Amino acid sequence: MLDWFDANLVTMVDGVAYGLLLFTLAVGLSLIFGMMDVLNLAHGTLYLIGAYAAYALSDGSWTGLLIALLVGVLAGVAGGGVLAALTQPLAQRGHLDQALLTLGIAFIASDIFSKIFGSEVLPISVPSQVAGSITVFGQVYPVYRLLFIAIAGGLAVMVYLLFERSSLGALVRATVADRDMVRASGVDTRIVMFGVFAFGAALAALGGVLGAPILAPGPSVDETVLVLSLVVVVVGGLGSVTGALLGALLIGQVQTLGVALMPVYAPFLIFGAMLLVLAWRPQGLMSLVARA
Amino acid sequence: MTPALELEGVSQHFGSLRALDGVSFSVAPGSRHAVIGPNGAGKSTLFALIAGARAATAGRVLVDGHDVTELPEHRRVQAGVVRTFQHSSLFLKCTALENVVLAAQRKAGLSWSMFRPLSRRTDLIEAAHELLERVDLLDRRAEDAGSLSHGERRQLEMAVALACRPRLLLLDEPAAGLSPRETGRLGQVVRELPHDVTVMLVEHDLDLVFDLADTVTVLHLGQHLVTGTPSEVRASDEVQTAYLGAGDSSDLFLEGAP
Amino acid sequence: MRRLGGVGLLLLLLALPWMINPYAISTVTRILVIGLLAISVNLLTGVTGLPTLGQSAYFGIGAYTGAIVSTTLTAVGPAQMLLAALAAGVAAAVTGPVAMRARGVSFLMITLAIGEIAYVAARRLDITHGTDGYAGIPPVVPLPGLPALRLDGLVYYYVLGGFLLVFGLVMLLLRSPFGLALRGLRDNESRLRAVGYPTSTFGVAIYCIAGAIAGVAGSLWTSTQQFVAPGDMGFSVAALALLAVVIGGLGSMWGSVVGAGLVVLTQDYIGGYLAGYGMLLLGVLFVLVVYLLPRGIAGLPLPRRVSA
Repeated sequence: MLDWFDANLVTMVDGVAYGLLLFTLAVGLSLIFGMMDVLNLAHGTLYLIGAYAAYALSDGSWTGLLIALLVGVLAGVAGGGVLAALTQPLAQRGHLDQALLTLGIAFIASDIFSKIFGSEVLPISVPSQVAGSITVFGQVYPVYRLLFIAIAGGLAVMVYLLFERSSLGALVRATVADRDMVRASGVDTRIVMFGVFAFGAALAALGGVLGAPILAPGPSVDETVLVLSLVVVVVGGLGSVTGALLGALLIGQVQTLGVALMPVYAPFLIFGAMLLVLAWRPQGLMSLVARA
Repeated sequence: MTPALELEGVSQHFGSLRALDGVSFSVAPGSRHAVIGPNGAGKSTLFALIAGARAATAGRVLVDGHDVTELPEHRRVQAGVVRTFQHSSLFLKCTALENVVLAAQRKAGLSWSMFRPLSRRTDLIEAAHELLERVDLLDRRAEDAGSLSHGERRQLEMAVALACRPRLLLLDEPAAGLSPRETGRLGQVVRELPHDVTVMLVEHDLDLVFDLADTVTVLHLGQHLVTGTPSEVRASDEVQTAYLGAGDSSDLFLEGAP
Repeated sequence: MRRLGGVGLLLLLLALPWMINPYAISTVTRILVIGLLAISVNLLTGVTGLPTLGQSAYFGIGAYTGAIVSTTLTAVGPAQMLLAALAAGVAAAVTGPVAMRARGVSFLMITLAIGEIAYVAARRLDITHGTDGYAGIPPVVPLPGLPALRLDGLVYYYVLGGFLLVFGLVMLLLRSPFGLALRGLRDNESRLRAVGYPTSTFGVAIYCIAGAIAGVAGSLWTSTQQFVAPGDMGFSVAALALLAVVIGGLGSMWGSVVGAGLVVLTQDYIGGYLAGYGMLLLGVLFVLVVYLLPRGIAGLPLPRRVSA
């Protein structure tokens, strides 16, 4: 038993890193849908905004990385604002129209990105202090991944505390559960909704900047990110931060450990995981919103 | 004689909220049995439980002596339990005729038929016409349900329910939002129902209740208070006390409930 | 009046190979195939109210089944179509119950995941020849005993035949009691349950039927292109099919085919002139359609009333 763990530890830690990356991406998507009933298929684009910012601005120095973070997050928020504004007129029209609209925007953005950055998957330079590997408990491990786990883990805790333990979070949760009731108590729910949209977009872009060394930017990466985020959201349950975290960690492990152990079945593992979760709990691992 | 409906200790809890608590009573076959009570008494929840739209947290539901507690909603319809909805729930983009046919074709066992056009099923369409005639909607049969007036939609609700050939018909506030004339029409339709159909009625319009019902059950705060004839219920002290908390009880049996 | 229009259209379709050049005919053939895929999407999204981005999975399964059958079993087209429909239908039967656990957006997300997973599988599995694509597909034989079809015009007739057959069956389905039940599912699922329907079962049933139709479209694709690649069943295929349905108007089958035509032509001709901007153009098309055509072409005020 211990031997198995020993042999697969690196992969499992990889899985945690991947899972935390998926969390930063999926939590925004989950909240945006749970909150605004908006299906945002341009979510992968937001990741790319951050990742390409990292490519352009992260030159191997810490300053570069910080600038990339700043620019990336701001650009992400701006992108989120654009999406929110464009989907606003469609509020009554249903999810299909939103899906198509955001999909169209994703296609346009994808094309623009290819024109600017080319159609190769781009390498990202990280600060030299974290560019190498270290040996932990007899296993060689890339330093950046460990750093990423620390940062993303901290982010996850912060998001969780903000959402589940603060009064602001309570307001958000109430708005997800019963928007009309919150509105009736005098709160301008539009501000709450736009705020969540911006927050979700910022997180996705942040995930892009920090995660680029792990999942580098390129054409069709936005598609990959979108699909994985959607799977995490479905598995975790819409509108739930804890659900997104659990779902992300699960899918992260499936994507890394599963693929390492059963490479032949790799494409089907995610589907299988999704199927098992849905068979057990149709509303996702932790559903906040009781929707049909 | 086997009761048409028997409820044994039926409860519905949402965490600490008890919408229904240990409700037990029975409904005689062929009776017109009303369920009344102040708002929040659990009446609609009760109907949802009987129909199977919600699962009871505890207790048993027996229809014609058969335990249906574990049966899903669509199976209970097969057993003859059919309800109308408090807020009209229709197929808005289908015509009035199609709304009725949807229910009728299921009952006729045709819903899986994929190749013969519906328009050729003349006996089915005739039966649907007859039902629409009964609720005075025959000339509106080609209208989309979404473009019908409120009163017409309530009538369509009734026609759809009747198309399911109910043995136990649950009418959830059928008179809500109806004019006095429409309410009169409704009362007539109910009175004309055959006696092998048991009718249960949730209503706030107490005039209608005491006009139609031969038995009345009073619920209060999710609990069963009393079941008896209308005069017994009117005279009951318990009922007076329960309603007293909401205002002057002497007015309560004249107008609609608070 | 509509009957006359329908007959006129049929005659036009039959006369087409004599009217336009082979390249144009092969484009029309592709439009028919994508049109069939769009019809399968429409059955789920427009008629039953289940929005989907995963029909490309069953299209791909049908395409690869057709390819494998043509190189190992028989070059007879109808046999390929049948086996493709079967394979896709079985895949839909396995995946349908998972998808039917959800509705609305969750359903959409699950179908997207299904499509994506199928795409990845096509790239990785040996049986599909992975990213190289499946080549060496012999020209299709329309009926046992007849010679293989090598001319674009003849392949067009074969595809037209398959298309008309499926289109006709779908039309029958829509006018049947089952078809009405589907519309009931779209309008008000909880009420449908309350009048006695096991709604999830009906959902899985139409999901399988739509999957089988997508599978037939896939095998027709294989017969036309004589080559299948994972890209033929990727996400953009699913998105384009959905776009075609929305352009044409949800629920309108002929609208879906017209929408498919628009999408294919946009990709081909205009994308060709503005080389490399295909994605951009499609994105713009999506955005325009959503804002300008809320109910699709079929929803536009036209002289005659149109319905599914």
